Amino acid sequence: MAHEVVERVRDTDALVVLGLQTGGVPFAEVLADALEEISAHRVVRGSLDVSFYRDDVAQRPFVASSASHVPVDLSERLVLLVDDVLFTGRTIRSALNALGDFGRPRAVQLAVMVDRGHRELPIRPDYVGKNLPTSLSEEIVATLEGVWIGTRGEG
Amino acid sequence: MITSIRGRNLLTLDGLSPEALLEVLDTAELFVEVNQRTIKKVPALKGRVVASLFFEESTRTRLSFETAAKRLSADVLSLAVASSSVKKGESLRDTIATIDALGIDAVVMRHQSSGAAHQVGGYVPHVRVINAGDGLHQHPTQGLLDAFTVRQVLAERAHARGSETGRELFAGLHVLIVGDIRHSRVARSDVAAYSALGAEVRVAAPGTLLPSSLEDWPVGVVSDFDEALDWADVVGVLRLQHERGTGAFVPSLREFTQTYGLTMERARRLRPTTIIMHPGPMNRGVEIDSAVADLPAAVIERQVSNGVPIRMAALYLSVTGSPEEAK
Repeated sequence: MAHEVVERVRDTDALVVLGLQTGGVPFAEVLADALEEISAHRVVRGSLDVSFYRDDVAQRPFVASSASHVPVDLSERLVLLVDDVLFTGRTIRSALNALGDFGRPRAVQLAVMVDRGHRELPIRPDYVGKNLPTSLSEEIVATLEGVWIGTRGEG
Repeated sequence: MITSIRGRNLLTLDGLSPEALLEVLDTAELFVEVNQRTIKKVPALKGRVVASLFFEESTRTRLSFETAAKRLSADVLSLAVASSSVKKGESLRDTIATIDALGIDAVVMRHQSSGAAHQVGGYVPHVRVINAGDGLHQHPTQGLLDAFTVRQVLAERAHARGSETGRELFAGLHVLIVGDIRHSRVARSDVAAYSALGAEVRVAAPGTLLPSSLEDWPVGVVSDFDEALDWADVVGVLRLQHERGTGAFVPSLREFTQTYGLTMERARRLRPTTIIMHPGPMNRGVEIDSAVADLPAAVIERQVSNGVPIRMAALYLSVTGSPEEAK
């Protein structure tokens, strides 16, 4: 995936890799490490917490996550958002809104480890680790160790 | 025990579990980051209406609640009681009904009578009520921000994030609250917060300024302020409240300062790590020496800055949450 990013982005100087709290953060770290190795210079990294930007706060349990950490002004930067699982697309919409508060990026791209389908918004990822068709009753957990599929309601 | 303030009124800190308190503290930590951004605003309460009703004068609490609501993108209805129909004799119930008729989601209220916020909660059950100080009873967000400030300072010393430490830093912490305990809603909220989180709280005050009954209060009473100086990790100085007739409870201000004021001479005898706090507004030269308030150990301005994220957290949890979400 890192190779794919470098190929498409070219200008890795402007790149800022942002992991979405909390699931996307470890993947963003790994991806940023790989990007550094390939491009041979430092890649700015950070994290983004979107809890306060959600449109479904009332319907969804509040997840107390860690704060955003955006080390640079995002204006004219190329932002790569990284998340674990892409589902309805609402988290990404929230993230796009949140980004606006940190500057006006030149472009934003999205990398996800798993795309499980069922989009509710016109959002598509630029880089996908794995397409995984699922049913709505299933729950997907992606970590650095692997991907688990379970039925909702179970542990 | 209430385990979360989500979807609930915040009227008192009594009866809140440590988890409920920590949830507010941890959420506030997220809002500290928001307050450091160039654009200090998140859309969490967009389209919600927060009414701010201050029947008693206030600078920091009112401003920080209104700032908090605005940074959450809520609309703020602010009632200037002095120029409102309250002056024509409108009752609390009618005032609330009028504001409710305009369509509100939350009321932030300060009132000179203990229990006023509780009463309002009964009038408008569909509106979340946040107590911003009621008489001699409680000032929950002050208690929360004091605990938050203490944890923040201690966590910085330990090079950790506050939320990582949970309630750990409060275990066995010695908190000394000094001054007009009797008339202080801040003291009541502080005691509830600190003791629930595991700190040991003692109070120091002349007998006339202690509450009439201390029986169900988890505090120890210190007879000599001077002897407790060395014991304290945190000294919370309270304001002598002239507007509640405190004057009649002490022989003279000078004598109060000499026996229970945090003078420079006493501040020198504190351990260097001891944190000095004051909820404001200060009577410089009465309960605290002017120079003491400006010492590096005094975190009084930090308490004010932390007011905003704490109140954002309280509003956010109370207004957007639903009680069923609480674990």
